[in-house]
Amino acid sequence: MSKPIDSVGSWPLRDRLGYFAAWGAGLALIAIAAAILIYMAYRGAQHFDPGLLIESPSASLDQATSGGFKDPIIGTALLLVMSTAIAAPLGVTIAIWLTEYGRPAGLARAVESAVEVVAGTPSIVLAMFGLILFQEWFGFLTFDAEGAVLGRSFIAAAAMMSLIALPLVVGATREALNSIPGHVREASYALGKTKAATIRRVLLPAARPGIGTGTALGMGRVAGDTAIVVVLLGSTLQILNGADGSVFGLFRGTGSTLTSYVYYNSPAGEGLAPEKAYFAAFVLLLVVIALNFVVARIARGKEELWAR
Amino acid sequence: MGAMSPPEETRDERDVILTPPPPVRRILVDDEPTVVQPPPGNGHVPQGTAGLAAPLRRAEPLAGPKSERMSIEGVSIAYGGKLAVDSVSLPVRQGEVLALIGPSGCGKTTLLRSLNRLVEITPTAVRSGTISLDGEDIDSMEVTALRRRVSMVFQQPNPFPMSVFDNVAYALREQGSGRPGKDALMSYVGDALVRAGLWDEVGATLDHPALRLSGGQQQRLCIARALAARPEVLLLDEPCSALDPRSTQVIEELILKLREEVAVVIVTHNMQQALRIADHVGFMYLGELVEYGPAEQVFGAPREQRTREYVGGAFG
Repeated sequence: MSKPIDSVGSWPLRDRLGYFAAWGAGLALIAIAAAILIYMAYRGAQHFDPGLLIESPSASLDQATSGGFKDPIIGTALLLVMSTAIAAPLGVTIAIWLTEYGRPAGLARAVESAVEVVAGTPSIVLAMFGLILFQEWFGFLTFDAEGAVLGRSFIAAAAMMSLIALPLVVGATREALNSIPGHVREASYALGKTKAATIRRVLLPAARPGIGTGTALGMGRVAGDTAIVVVLLGSTLQILNGADGSVFGLFRGTGSTLTSYVYYNSPAGEGLAPEKAYFAAFVLLLVVIALNFVVARIARGKEELWAR
Repeated sequence: MGAMSPPEETRDERDVILTPPPPVRRILVDDEPTVVQPPPGNGHVPQGTAGLAAPLRRAEPLAGPKSERMSIEGVSIAYGGKLAVDSVSLPVRQGEVLALIGPSGCGKTTLLRSLNRLVEITPTAVRSGTISLDGEDIDSMEVTALRRRVSMVFQQPNPFPMSVFDNVAYALREQGSGRPGKDALMSYVGDALVRAGLWDEVGATLDHPALRLSGGQQQRLCIARALAARPEVLLLDEPCSALDPRSTQVIEELILKLREEVAVVIVTHNMQQALRIADHVGFMYLGELVEYGPAEQVFGAPREQRTREYVGGAFG
């Protein structure tokens, strides 16, 4: 028995070129991703020192005494939690309003455009805007050095960071809500349920995978952003409590994240401690890859719930 | 199908029922209308073939007086000025199945959806005329209260993405101020599942996700969900059109049993189905109720020319 014949050789030249170009593009992307990972893993391994993970940084030009990056790791985690705590509920609420209410239509279009504007704004512009906002109006939420309001704090950074995550949460939640067939909503109404009860008990649970995907994508972007951290947390590497040592003081305080640590220490930035920066960059890469892995897991868990 | 061997004499009818029905218009196209009328006195399943594989025959009407649950009087419904239902008047009686038949777009689903005021969800829909439930105008009732008394099952099986138990309990929860616990709801949920003929299949696995059930089971779960709040009227919008013939048969038997306790209104494209389960039939065409009467009369001796053409398969 011979194999059925279906050879690329019989295709027109144009199609063959396109075919190989598609293959080539895919392979090139694999090569680029592998190069980044392998290079960062190699440099990170060269300077591998788990002690750095639990050691606070200290201001020193000498790499031997400049400490580790415990504070930047805490800073990244803190920003992730704070900005997600703002972006996830806000984004889900906006998405619910857009898909389930969305009236008057003009207002809905305006909200959609606003989400797109926020999504398209470069983070450095968000950072500038945030700096002005928190210097002028919300100074009490920021770190002050001997009475001088700098407009910098974890609150300020998290607020602006949440705008990066927000459009992703809105988009993924809307998509999830839109994929729920209309007759499922009607089934709930037909059982004597109000719209609010339907949203709470049926639609939100059904949209949970979508909400999770959007949130995790947003967290990946937050963990990787540098501009907002540099502008709104400043250049202190250590976490400085903004008040009396309380949790609110922590939120009001400043510090750094893995991105700003890499920025200040790597040759790409100020180059104060290049070797530690490589290790920190590798840790950051792992964090973001882990978040993307979470996204993939959630997305795979999504089943086709309803017959259409 | 070969695994089950029914007695010889029922073989032919069984094959007709259990092979997926081709479009009705082709089956009936050359027949005299009287052919589809059931032989009198043959309403019962023969001995020994009772069960799922048995052919379903025309059911005997229930004995006893039929009380009118809902009355539809001069109801017209328009979507954005376009008339979908044109001054229809009909009674909905306890203890019988009312089937609404007619070609696509004839307004039968719209009429059905007006009975629990679900048409109001469509922003452009406007309704006139009076619909009353037990003598009370449904427009003057709280819509959530109305829909617990007039409940509905849809064309697509649409269980919620939660457990079997939670699906059935959904209608019961949050009715009052407090949220009753699982134990308090158990008897109601079990009762609804028994009435929907699903208890034997899911009784042991109430915490399993409802969306893992088969299509026919999902639809019966939707019926259980609709029955849980003990409604007086059950609306069915082509409940079998997404199901295979076997599941269809199970649900038809269920409907015949349910009509004892609730008034059933069913919209169907399938005229054989209407003939099998309906006590009264309303034939709608272009928004008008062309003919209403006992199923035997509408199918066997239609008064109107349009009804004769439709049940004879000439159009639709």
